[in-house]
Amino acid sequence: MKEMRNMAPVSTERDLRLDLFRGLALWLIFLDHIPSNAVSWITIRNYGFSDATEIFVFISGYTAAFVYGRAMQQHGFVVASARVLKRAWQIYVAHVFLLAIYLAEIAYVANSFDNPLYAEEMGVLDFLRNPDVTILQALLLKFKPVNMDVLPLYILLLLWFPPMLWLLLRAPSIALITSASLYALMWMFDWNIPAYPSGTWAFNPFAWQLLFVFGAWCALGGAQNLSRWVNSKLIIGLAIVYLVFAFCITMTWYFPHLAIYVPKFVGEAIYPIDKTNLDVLRIMHFLSLAVITVAFVPRDWSALKSRVFWPAIVCGQHSLETFCLGVFLSFAGHFVFTEMSNGVIIQVIVSFLGIAIMVAVAALISWYRQAERRGGGPRPPAAKPGYAEGDA
Amino acid sequence: MTRRLLLLALLLFGGMPANAEHPAECRVAENLTVPNFRLPRVAKALAEKRLTILVLGAGSSQLPGSSGTRNAYPARLQQALAQRLPGVDVKVTTDVKSRRTAVEMVKILPNDLGAAKPDLLVWQTGTVDAMLAVDPDVFSQALDKGINIAHSEGADVVLINSQYSPRTESMIALSTYGDDMRWVALQHEVPLFDRFNVMKLWSDLGTFDLYSATKKLDIAEQVHDCIGRLLADLVVTAAKSQELPTNGSR
Repeated sequence: MKEMRNMAPVSTERDLRLDLFRGLALWLIFLDHIPSNAVSWITIRNYGFSDATEIFVFISGYTAAFVYGRAMQQHGFVVASARVLKRAWQIYVAHVFLLAIYLAEIAYVANSFDNPLYAEEMGVLDFLRNPDVTILQALLLKFKPVNMDVLPLYILLLLWFPPMLWLLLRAPSIALITSASLYALMWMFDWNIPAYPSGTWAFNPFAWQLLFVFGAWCALGGAQNLSRWVNSKLIIGLAIVYLVFAFCITMTWYFPHLAIYVPKFVGEAIYPIDKTNLDVLRIMHFLSLAVITVAFVPRDWSALKSRVFWPAIVCGQHSLETFCLGVFLSFAGHFVFTEMSNGVIIQVIVSFLGIAIMVAVAALISWYRQAERRGGGPRPPAAKPGYAEGDA
Repeated sequence: MTRRLLLLALLLFGGMPANAEHPAECRVAENLTVPNFRLPRVAKALAEKRLTILVLGAGSSQLPGSSGTRNAYPARLQQALAQRLPGVDVKVTTDVKSRRTAVEMVKILPNDLGAAKPDLLVWQTGTVDAMLAVDPDVFSQALDKGINIAHSEGADVVLINSQYSPRTESMIALSTYGDDMRWVALQHEVPLFDRFNVMKLWSDLGTFDLYSATKKLDIAEQVHDCIGRLLADLVVTAAKSQELPTNGSR
């Protein structure tokens, strides 16, 4: 790290902690996306304000800067931007693929399910009556079925990333201030992107870009500048206090009787905790988690290279594929619950089997990429500087 | 879901008063419907031996068929209250129509309140808003406004959240709207009848098979009957309890 400059990716070696935690986040997102899943009580969203989405977006920003920042320095703005846009296109295609699977599931339910208790709820299937409008709106990223909000967010964040990365490489502080200002303006003027049939995007890109850019900023040297602060006892102490506070508040959601112990002014100050617009309380919760993680999981921790963490790391290294597979598997899991059984044992089996499939596919992709790079593939090995292993 | 184990713990250790009159199926979920705020206007009405309730709701407050109205939870609520409160003149009027968002209901609320002059507004909402993905802020503001209107017209409020519907769970994102209802209820100190978790518990414990694809009405009727009974318990407890924080005195 001696050759490090202020505005360059910090090191040539990929930080395995990023892959580890992105892999874990992908598992948690999968577990949370299966409705009525008993196993999802282990996921972090039940013990605090933020959830796996924050981790995923932050680390995606970090790795995007890591991969494309190097490309921009070595090959210039145009080439790096082209690569970012290609990535955005890949994600768009993946999103449309998932949409097709979703439509198949919905159409099946519409044809096979009838229950007078749920006459109202079945109205959600009405959009099948005019697929022309629905599919067009979906291709425009305005109609987004439940749990399919993350990829459109990712696409928009990437479309906006080239100019942001350009600025980050020249004036990191100004880039971060720009991003924070956009976040503030969003809160002042209620900016969001309209959705179909009504409402707005469930993940407001004007809000979530802050975490993405902050991740990128950290990757380009910001983390080094922050390390003095992050490792101070005071900050670690504050982070722990905040996590405990969030934990206590969260418990009142599950035990409504505890709610009366939350002083009224506290309730009025914190509610509602807005996920759409990435509430400040959520950011603080994520930052607290990050501080604790950085403090207790050193970058060169030998266990990161052990077999124990390999399954999560390999998933984190192929995040787009793993994410899409996770969304598909969560559909499939819900299908198993409704068509066969939703006993707790089945839920546990479905959850662990799903994660096992994600790991297996990620490992297969990893193997394939290596084989391709060794020259066995149809294309010559791609020269991708800084592209150690894994994707942006 | 998350909440299942916690709920079970609550069920086992909660130690709440059991109402032996209800069928066992209903009583399974009894501990989930204990109110956390008082209903002073209902208490006043009960002291005068009368109680008028307005149920404002959307499609999940009704049942299809010729005897649908008789078997849906508003009518079951009236029946259960009449049983529990001998000598009290219990009247339940309804304004229930499917496909209505909270905003649409707030628009007609003043008229409804003027016509029925209720002591209690039972307001079921959230599902249609979730299906149409209405802006959660707009939804919260509508709840806010509705509760304020009801209070200023002299009616207490009980909110009812969405049904637990396992088949459509992956298609309707209820959680934001459910959370919003909980928060608004807390802010205004009005009880929330947690229909979602009640039905979820029934489904988890196998009390009622909510997955079944059937045109038959029997399970739907039992579910509505239990909801009516549990709702009656909540109303009576919230009116009579001296320990609960007083609400709506704003």
